[in-house]
Amino acid sequence: MEMPSPSKMVLADKAKLTEALLQVLPEDAVISDLAETRAYECDALTAYRCPPMLAVLPRSTQEVSEVLRICNAAGVPVVPRGAGTSLAGGALPTADCVLLGVARMTEVLETDYDNRIIRVQTGRTNLSVSGAVEDRDFFYAPDPSSQLACAIAGNIAMNSGGAHCLKYGVTTNNLMGVTMVMMDGTVVEIGGAHLDAGGLDLLGVICGSEGQLGVVTEATLRILRKPEGARPVLIAFDSNEVAGACVSDIIKAGVLPVAIEFMDRPCIEACEAFAKAGYPMCEALLIVEVEGSDAEIGHQLSLIGDIARRHDPIELREASDAEEAARIWLGRKSAFGAMGQINDYMCLDGTIPVSTLPQVLRGIDALSQQFGLKVANVFHAGDGNMHPLILFDANKPGDLELCEEMGAEILKLCVEVGGCLTGEHGVGVEKRDLMTHQYSPSDLEAQLKVKDVFDPKWLLNPAKVFPLAVTETRRAAGRV
Amino acid sequence: MLRPETEADLVDAIAAAKDPLAIQGGGTRGVSCQGTPLTTERLTGVSLHEPGALTLVAAAGTPVAEVEQLLAEENQRLAFEPPDLRALLGSEGTPTLGGVFATNGAGPRRIQCGAARDFLLGVRFVDGTGTAVSNGGRVMKNVTGYDLVKLMAGAHGTLGVLSEVSLKVLPQAEATSTVVVSTGDLGAGLQAMSTALGAPYDVSGAAFNPAAGEAYIRLEGFQSSVAYRAEKLSTLLAGHGAVELRTDSANLWKGIRDVQPLVGADGDLWRISVKPGDAVRLIPALGAAQCLLDWGGGLVWAVVPKGTDVRARMAVPGHATLMRGRGFARFHPEPAPLAALSAGLRAQFDPRQILNPGLMG
Repeated sequence: MEMPSPSKMVLADKAKLTEALLQVLPEDAVISDLAETRAYECDALTAYRCPPMLAVLPRSTQEVSEVLRICNAAGVPVVPRGAGTSLAGGALPTADCVLLGVARMTEVLETDYDNRIIRVQTGRTNLSVSGAVEDRDFFYAPDPSSQLACAIAGNIAMNSGGAHCLKYGVTTNNLMGVTMVMMDGTVVEIGGAHLDAGGLDLLGVICGSEGQLGVVTEATLRILRKPEGARPVLIAFDSNEVAGACVSDIIKAGVLPVAIEFMDRPCIEACEAFAKAGYPMCEALLIVEVEGSDAEIGHQLSLIGDIARRHDPIELREASDAEEAARIWLGRKSAFGAMGQINDYMCLDGTIPVSTLPQVLRGIDALSQQFGLKVANVFHAGDGNMHPLILFDANKPGDLELCEEMGAEILKLCVEVGGCLTGEHGVGVEKRDLMTHQYSPSDLEAQLKVKDVFDPKWLLNPAKVFPLAVTETRRAAGRV
Repeated sequence: MLRPETEADLVDAIAAAKDPLAIQGGGTRGVSCQGTPLTTERLTGVSLHEPGALTLVAAAGTPVAEVEQLLAEENQRLAFEPPDLRALLGSEGTPTLGGVFATNGAGPRRIQCGAARDFLLGVRFVDGTGTAVSNGGRVMKNVTGYDLVKLMAGAHGTLGVLSEVSLKVLPQAEATSTVVVSTGDLGAGLQAMSTALGAPYDVSGAAFNPAAGEAYIRLEGFQSSVAYRAEKLSTLLAGHGAVELRTDSANLWKGIRDVQPLVGADGDLWRISVKPGDAVRLIPALGAAQCLLDWGGGLVWAVVPKGTDVRARMAVPGHATLMRGRGFARFHPEPAPLAALSAGLRAQFDPRQILNPGLMG
């Protein structure tokens, strides 16, 4: 992975910068020793590593503001980091950067059940936001699989989704306001407890901007009352095509499940070996979950059952109690762990129009044969967000490169059929160089113009999202 | 009047413009600017509708009614309920999809499933330099690059003129039922809505009409499910006022969506967005106002005596848009750092300041 060569001047001034940061941060919040900065050398895309020049762990918006003001004045790049769970390398440092981690900012600032909002510091983990309102039976809807570990800051940066966003939407649909620090240290408040922007929808463009427009330190999030109950049904098919057609028919029929998950045979086999959830051996499994009271759930599951039976499923298994429901989800939820057990893998995240599912699965299969690497597919079928897992051997020379090459081909296929490179993980460094396959030069230029406004010196997370060649002139202009 | 028929025409029209352009869809939303009118009304046609994928792609000037008709044939709808403001604003013309998204319109279902912005999956637009730009796409989940789709929703044409939109649609509900709580007290009405929205019954509309002294709570879904939830809610809300159930409430909600109770009211018309619970302080502060509350109290439509400075009277966080009247800017002035960002974006996307100049600051 090509990264910009570090600025010699910035590196030479490390001691001076450390001194300046210690003026505004407590001693334990500035990390300069290589043995310790190494802890921040990568995120969950572990293939790429680079320790930052310095790491800082501020505790307040004010401290973040001071850090950014100092770095901006000194022309030092800043890489923001939530919990470091990005699969796309969104928090990968450069050798000359200050890594700004929000991990110490975890407070709940306000909970307001009457208006159904919670305001938190963004270092708080996704699951602990729900945890803070659970005793009143409320929850925060977006649920990325990493929700135990991932921070709201990263969720906002990547506009994270999750299994249940078919009904509840992704981060951007549940984010109402932010306190954000601009690269020059200015603190801005955008949105709040009211709905919709009064002027341009700045919140909308900040969400998903991968930490390139500002550092979000506090967020106002929509919380919802938990449904009375939820229950999944498991439907097994002997072909991917038929499973895909069934998904489409469920959606067309007016049932809107909270989740429709899809697993193919390699994935089912791996999950079964790992979690022993008791899945039937078949070509394609759907897990469809609906919500409501017992009777409401029963009605929806019977409609879904009727639709599924028209497609001759091998098996249709309704959860009759909480334990069975947990067993149905067990395999799916351990899919990534299961794959990790048997192999190194790379997880892709392209989204496709649901109607092209069979075509894309056939394409992936052909690529798998061509490259000689196995692929397991697990994904959010209701919204077409695929997660092909390409299996490779990290210890075998050349295998990672082969895997990346194949991954790129799969993502290009997603774009060709009318989809996109990433549905919920973000571009980061991983898919940076594929952006030209989805967007024309003028499409990309329009996005770069937005960054020009928020971060004119191009110091915030500068080597991400766009191909380096496309941003070279801008980054050079901002450099010291 | 410029009437491009293709995106290429639109590119030419904007590139060739020497003077300001007043961008219009159907011209029904009361947005008027100085300049040569440029309308998207001839950029029409649905190019894709995949009911099984809940997606639709259409040219920006396509009439809303045409899209709604097409969707209805598949038992689907624009779930965010785009308001038709013609009666309210005394405007004529045909509401277009582009106009709905450019103004980020949304009706009562906003509190359950989002505004126009939340249903917009992709855009094509032509910026102020005459450059055609595409962002987003036609799939439900997409985080590839910056979300200019959101930025264009509600930008009122000031960053670019929409030429094509792709959107998410949803199934129609089998049944609708409305729990009506009668109470003359604003506070009690707000509390009833808050209680309903905080209950596990998936409320899809919560409005209060002070003139009628009624709070309306809408439930949608399968017949049996709606009946069950209506009964539960009726019990839950009994303490807030007399409770009655209405099953034929489609026109009631259309009326709330289109602000029908304030049609013909004399004075300036404001659209105010606040934290729902703050409406109880906001409304008395407005003085002699006729109001309609939607979004659980978070959206306040108010007709006030001409010249009333609603923004000066607000005293709660939020923003107020002048929808009809004179003497004030249409949009709420932004704090300086945000105003600087907005101005910066306009300077980038419309460096010659020809797209609805001055409209948003």
